This record gives sequence, structure tokens and C-alpha cells, in this order.
Amino acid sequence: MTSTTNTGPVSDPRHVQLTEDGKLRHFLTIGGLTKEVLEEILDTADSFVNMGEQSVKKVPLLRGKTVVNLFFENSTRTRSTFELAAQRLSADVLNLDISKSATAKGETLMDTLQNLEAMGSDMFVIRHADSGAQHFIASQVAPNVAIINAGDGRHAHPTQAMLDMYTIRKHKGDFSKLKVAIVGDILHSRVARSQVQALNILGAEEVRLIGPKTLLPETLKGLGAKLYTRMEDGLKDVDVVIMLRLQKERMDGALLPSEGEFYRLYGLTTEKLNYARPDAIVMHPGPINRGVEIESAVADGPQSLILNQVSYGIAIRMAVMSMAVSGQTQQKAQLNQEQAQEPQDNQNAQTNEETSR
Amino acid sequence: MKLTICGGRLIDPAQQIDEQIDIHIADGRVLALGQAPAGFNPERTIHAEGLVVTPGFIDIGAHLREPGPSYKGNLRSETKAALAGGYTTICCRPDTSPCIDSSAVVQQIQDKVELLSQAKVMPIGALTQGLKGTHLSNMAGLQHTGCVAVSNMRQPIESSLVLRRCLEYASTFDLQVVFYPEDHWLKADGCANEGALASRLGLGGIPASAEAIGLSRVLHLIETTGVKAHFGMLSTARAVEMVSNAQKRGLPVTADVDIAHLIYTEAEIDGYNSQFYVEPPLRSATDRDALRQGVKDGVLSVISSAHLPHEEAAKMAPFAAAEPGMATLETTLSQGLVLVEEGLLTLPQLIERLTDGPAKALGLSVGGLSVGQPADLCLFDAGIEWQVTHDSLFTAGENTPLMGQSVKGQVQFAIVDGEVAFERA
Amino acid sequence: MTQITTLPEVEQLIAQLADQLKQYISDKQLDHIAMVGIHSGGVWIAERLHQLLQHDEALGALDISFYRDDYTRVGLNPNVKPSNLPFATEDRHIVLVDDVVMSGRTIRAAMNELFDYGRPASITLVTLLDLPGRELPIQPDLCAQTLNLAPGERIKLTGPENMALELQSSE
Repeated sequence: MTSTTNTGPVSDPRHVQLTEDGKLRHFLTIGGLTKEVLEEILDTADSFVNMGEQSVKKVPLLRGKTVVNLFFENSTRTRSTFELAAQRLSADVLNLDISKSATAKGETLMDTLQNLEAMGSDMFVIRHADSGAQHFIASQVAPNVAIINAGDGRHAHPTQAMLDMYTIRKHKGDFSKLKVAIVGDILHSRVARSQVQALNILGAEEVRLIGPKTLLPETLKGLGAKLYTRMEDGLKDVDVVIMLRLQKERMDGALLPSEGEFYRLYGLTTEKLNYARPDAIVMHPGPINRGVEIESAVADGPQSLILNQVSYGIAIRMAVMSMAVSGQTQQKAQLNQEQAQEPQDNQNAQTNEETSR
Repeated sequence: MKLTICGGRLIDPAQQIDEQIDIHIADGRVLALGQAPAGFNPERTIHAEGLVVTPGFIDIGAHLREPGPSYKGNLRSETKAALAGGYTTICCRPDTSPCIDSSAVVQQIQDKVELLSQAKVMPIGALTQGLKGTHLSNMAGLQHTGCVAVSNMRQPIESSLVLRRCLEYASTFDLQVVFYPEDHWLKADGCANEGALASRLGLGGIPASAEAIGLSRVLHLIETTGVKAHFGMLSTARAVEMVSNAQKRGLPVTADVDIAHLIYTEAEIDGYNSQFYVEPPLRSATDRDALRQGVKDGVLSVISSAHLPHEEAAKMAPFAAAEPGMATLETTLSQGLVLVEEGLLTLPQLIERLTDGPAKALGLSVGGLSVGQPADLCLFDAGIEWQVTHDSLFTAGENTPLMGQSVKGQVQFAIVDGEVAFERA
Repeated sequence: MTQITTLPEVEQLIAQLADQLKQYISDKQLDHIAMVGIHSGGVWIAERLHQLLQHDEALGALDISFYRDDYTRVGLNPNVKPSNLPFATEDRHIVLVDDVVMSGRTIRAAMNELFDYGRPASITLVTLLDLPGRELPIQPDLCAQTLNLAPGERIKLTGPENMALELQSSE
């Protein structure tokens, strides 16, 4: 039937972010990626974490590349980690705070992109309030520009999810034996969506979502998670507790009666943490609302890995950025080769171990 | 002009005709079917062998973009597109800019339409002033200048008391009201069918209950006021069931579904393809199947185009930030023929949903080819394949998911009041 | 095609290289050298040289993966070992050790990385084997043996226990 075929500005997200041979060229969402790709991200990040221990903290992988941080939504924290990651890879970094400048003047997203492309950027790191904005942009930019999603609407925040996976793997090891609970405002959380997808792909034993029904859409079951409305049930025997940030605005939309009641029911206190396994770890993407979603004693306690998460964030972003640039270049090389129809004389460039000693 | 169309397969559902009959036209009206009257000497004879000859199609709810920003289209482009799609009458929606809430705007539209002499335009007026949902529009005046119905589109009428009074006032003049039922508050900032897919994509969901609640509220007031009502662009199984029940109880209600909701499901938006961002949102496969069944059963007696043309830039944005709607006037027939090919409808049933169905729903004098009726006709080739491209379309709208694709079935002639208003080169 | 029937014994080459290096250091009057091996074969050999020279300062190790010029073509090896230079390189005489030198690109990357740590007084390149296929103007200062390979052939050092050379062919 001719009528159900897709033709539009955006093609399938599951394919947009990979090269023909399955390498990352954009990083838009966890959905549709294989366990191998996620593990490659984690392993690569491992190398960069180790690198953080040596006196030279900079490597020339992205030397000569221009990375543009395009934040349509303000986030100094996330932007800083991307900036640092790009700098440690020796890229030139341009920070654009679009939320203040361009859109206020009525410039459309397309105008902004065309201007930036004209500057010869190699990578856009984008945060945008609209779900799917990065997919749209990836479908529009020149083929040699890599797009890294730094958060889109309620849809995805894949680098945050991967640094959480890194934290879990580092401290808990094998995913297949882990029960993970994500607590709080699931409805509005792009982080939670990406985490659930990543945990499932990496083979976690069980993923649970906990919250009041106003913040816990039934429809998320489809991503592969069990839904719980009571902390005592949801936290029982879990190995990992991930708390989400509660935005103050949620009180206005009739989603919650008060911060106090939310804290009483869903705030992570020492007492509630006792439902989880005694060696459970506690995570939070930050910034923390102490006394709203988490008790200070827990946030600063021995089970908390909240500060570790921040330091792993840079390594994860370095991993994703270097992989995407490499994927883009390979894709481009492939295209060039196909166009030129030249015989492949480059057989010695097969594995890292063997190349160019 | 005296005109004879001979050799075509005439399908006129109003008269239950489906056979090869010649049709003779004079003075803008149907003069005779079959044998030409003695002494009839046509100035032109169209040999319609291999073509299907039907009453011109009638659309309820296309947006003709005038008055309004001309880069999205205008009466010239869109009434031409209508003819190219087989439509000879468009009951256009009132949410133009400014909206159709005064006789002056109606007059402005009609003057232009007359000059163009393309498709007929019978506007749907605004139910409330400025579509703001608080004050009654001048309904009698609108009706007098030619509005065939009134509607508040998807703009909310918050107060049930105001809504009731609107309906009472409309029923005073036996004026039809068209509803696009939707609970404004449940819809909130949604742009996709509420469900697992929207949730995964992080798009705001519009629950099916938003349509059911909007519909239910109106049905109660229709019952108490006795106003004649038509429901446009239904999207859910529940709504079909509710309309069916209301019809069984004898309420004077008709309903339509737009072509996109018969063809597509929400699965199309996976990948954020903004071409599939429409209002109401594309729903589940279950909903689509119920809508198809509703069309087959006749609960939904009309297939509408929901034509809403946009410039290219309107869709060049992230999904929720894009503008909703599809340009469909020129592809509705082709997509309707897919339903025939799939065995859901017979060809006469499809034609009925495009002609007699809408004519009866809004009480129009067109839509059939009985002797004496206005000679509005459509002649199409049901088998011809053509490519949907920027150049093959007459609409100013660039927003069709079919762009670049090949479809089957194309209109060759459109005749309005006995004149050949469109003839494909 | 010239077949290499027997590959040289590694321990023997190392002993030979150690002698050459001793001589070289005294000839050039390099005092206070710092030895750095390149992952992974270069580190194994540097360790042996280190023992044979009875050098007392800790050994440095470089993983040049982050400095490769071909990473955008072949991707990054996800298991990069951290480089470890347990001494300041500034104004030091560095002895850079690798198992083989072929295209010269690895040595280029290693020198770039070394310079990121500081400005050495000199760098001496020591390799077990010198193989054909140079793509950069880099030559070893000391090398135990030069081998000719047929196109498509390469030599890999296996270890670190009972180090041996292995001939590989991509044909």
C-alpha cells in the first residue's frame, strides 16, 4: 500500500543515529541501540576515567574539531560537563545560549542551524525543550555534523542515563543480577525514560518505577518497567535506588498537593532506604532538592554515589563525542569511497592492535 | 453551455445509479440521463470511456486559508486544488484570520469565489464571536449571507450555559452546528495519542477520553435543544459508538471521519515525522478499525478531507513545535480508492461518503445528479497512477506525507454548474 | 615472495639491544635516563632492558590510543590503559622503547604524548626490530635487527611471559 510509507523531514530514529555498519554517528536516544554499543560507550568511558588520574588530562582526539554547545534550555551544569569533555578531547568549543538570544528575536530553529553550519561546526551538543528536536536537527544538518542529545523535552537524556549506567556497573557489576528502582516524577523525566531503556538493553533483572499515579504514567510499562505506588513495595530488595529531581512547578498543575506530602510518601529517608538491600547504592542526577526528594543524611551518606556520578559524567561525554566523530568520519569515508568506486587498498587498517606500528 | 458526457460509468449514490449512462447538461443543470432529449445539440461532448462519472465531491471542514496569511494558500489555489481533487463544493471552516463570524467576511469570500469560478464555497460560520466561546455570533445574518452551518472548531466554550444558548439560538433558524468534540483541558498541551508510543517519544498525550467527554457534553445539549448536529473528524472507537447510539435513539446527528484517520495510525509518528502531526491526533489501530467499520456501516456517513494546507516551513520544526494538519484535497480520492481496493467499501459507497453523505448531513441541494439538480460533476480515472509532487499539486500546501510517492486514481474533469471548471492537461 | 623461515629469538635480541643501549648511553654521555615503553610490546621489552641495565628509576608506560591519527577511521579501542609516567619528563633524556617500528605513526603519537607531559632534553628511540613500510621520517637510534617482510606480512610480539615473535600474513 502506497499510503503508509513514511516520507517527511525525519526518518526513523532507530537508524538515524547509526552508520551502516552499526557505529554511533549521532547520539540521540538509547532506544534502538544494542547492548554492544552501550558497552562500548561504557568501556571507552573507562579509559577516560583512568586518564583523569594522570597529570595530562587532555588528549588530541578531537584536535581541530569545533564543538558547538547549543542550549535552547538553560543548564549550566550539563553544559559545563560537555564543555570540559570537549576541551579534554582538544576540540574548540563554542557555547551558545540560544534560550536568551535567537528565539527571542523570532529566529526559527532552522535559521539558527543554517547560521551555525556556515561556521563549519563538526558537532552540535543540543538541549531543547521539544521532544524529538534533536532527531529533527539530525535529519536537517549536513551529513558530517554529529549531533549529541543533551536532553530533549520529556523524551531522552542519553548521556545522563549512560553515566548512571557507568556508575551502576562500576559499583555493582553485572546488570543481570540487579533490581533497580527509579523514584519520583517519572512523567516529566527524560532521564527516567533513557534509564529504563538502558537498563533493559543492558539486561537488568528488574526495573521499577515508583511514584504517585499523577507522575507515573501507566503507558511507561511499554518500555519495560514495573510500576509501584508505594515505596515499601517498590524499594523492597532493590540494589540501586535512583531518585529524580522534583520540579517546584509540579505543585501548580494539580499533580501534587504539597512538597511536604511528597516527601513524606516518596522522599528517600534512611528509614525508607532500609526496604532496599543493605548494600544498595543511591543515585540522583542532580541538582538535589534536600528535604523534597531526598534526606540530607542519605544524600551525603555512605550509600550515596551522587558525587561520583558527576565525575563520571565527563568521561561518558568524552566517550560519546569521540565515538560519534569517529563514526561520522567512517561514514563519510565510506560514502566517498562508494562515490569514487575505488578499490579498497586499506586492508591493514583493520584492528587497533595491528594498525600502523 | 450544453454538454454531454457519454460513455462513462455513472455512479450517483443518491439515485442508486451505477451503470454506463450518458448525461446531458444545459443551463447549468442536469437535463437528462440516458437518451438525449429530442433536438438536444451539445456544444461539447466529453467522451468518458474508462472514467467514473460522479456528482462533484463535497467537503466539510477544509481550510481555504482566506482571509489569512497567503503563504499558506488562498481561495484561488485551494479551490483549484479542490477541483483537481474532484470537489465541486467546499464547506470551509471558519477559523480563518479574521474568522468567519460576520456577514462581511462571508461576503468577501463569496465575491472572490464568484470571480474565480472554480469550486463552490459554502462557508461554515463561527458559532461564537471571534470563536472565543463567550458571545453568540450573528448566526441569522451568517445564514442569510450563505453559511450552511456554524461551528466553534476546536476552540473551547467553557460555560455549558453559553454552549446551550448557542445551540438554542442556532436551532431557532434550523441552522446546522458542526462540532469537533474535544475536551480542551484534557487535551492540554498534547500533540499525540496518549499511550505507550507518545510516552516513549516524550510527546504530550491526548487521551481518547478527551474526545468522548467533549462529545458526551454536546450530545446531552443536542438532546435538550433539538439542534441538528454534525460531528467532524472523529478519531476514536468510543466516539463512533457514542454517535451510533445517539443515532439509534433518534437524535438528528451525522458524523464524519477524515481520510488520514482511516489510513494511518499513531505508529506513523514514531520518528517524529511532523507530516503526521494532525488534530485530532492519529490514534491506535483499534480506533482506526472502528472508524473504518463506522464508515462501512454508515454511522459515519461522510469522509472528509480535513485539508489544512501549510507552507514547508510550518513542518520544519520539532514535532510538537510544528503546525498540525495535512494538505489532502488532491489525494483523498486516491486514498479512498485504497479502501475500495482493500474491500472495506464498494466504489459506490466511497462516492456516497464523498457526495450524498455530506449533502444530506448539511442539507445541501448539491451532491446528486437527478434531473434539475445543479450539474456539478467529477470525472476520474480510477486506475491511473500518478506521482504526488510539488508540481503535480495545485494546493499551496506542501504538507502531505505522500509527497514524492506514487498513488492511484486521478480526477480528469470537474464540472461546476454545467461548465468545465477543471480539465487535466 | 621471500619467506622468512625462522624468526630471531627475542631474549637474544633483547640482550643484544641492552648491550647496544649501554654503549650508546656511555658514548653520548646521557646521564640520568628515563625509560618509557609503548603499550603493550614496548613495555615488556622496556621491562627486560630495565632489568638488564639495572636501571633503578621506575619505568614509564605510554598508551598512545588517544593520540593515534587513524582513530577516526578505525575507531577507538575501548580498553585503553592509562599512560603512566612516574617521573617528570622535563629536561630528561628519554629512552623510548617499542617492539617494532614500521610505519612510524605509533612513534609519532608517542612523541606527541610525551611532549604533552613536558619538554624532554632528548628522546632516543630503541626498537627490537626495524621493519619496512615507513610512512614518516622516523628511524630508530638503536635496533637489534632489521627484517625484510613481504607485502601484507607483519610481525607481532607475543608475551609478556616467554616472549616470541610471530609472523602474520594478511594474504
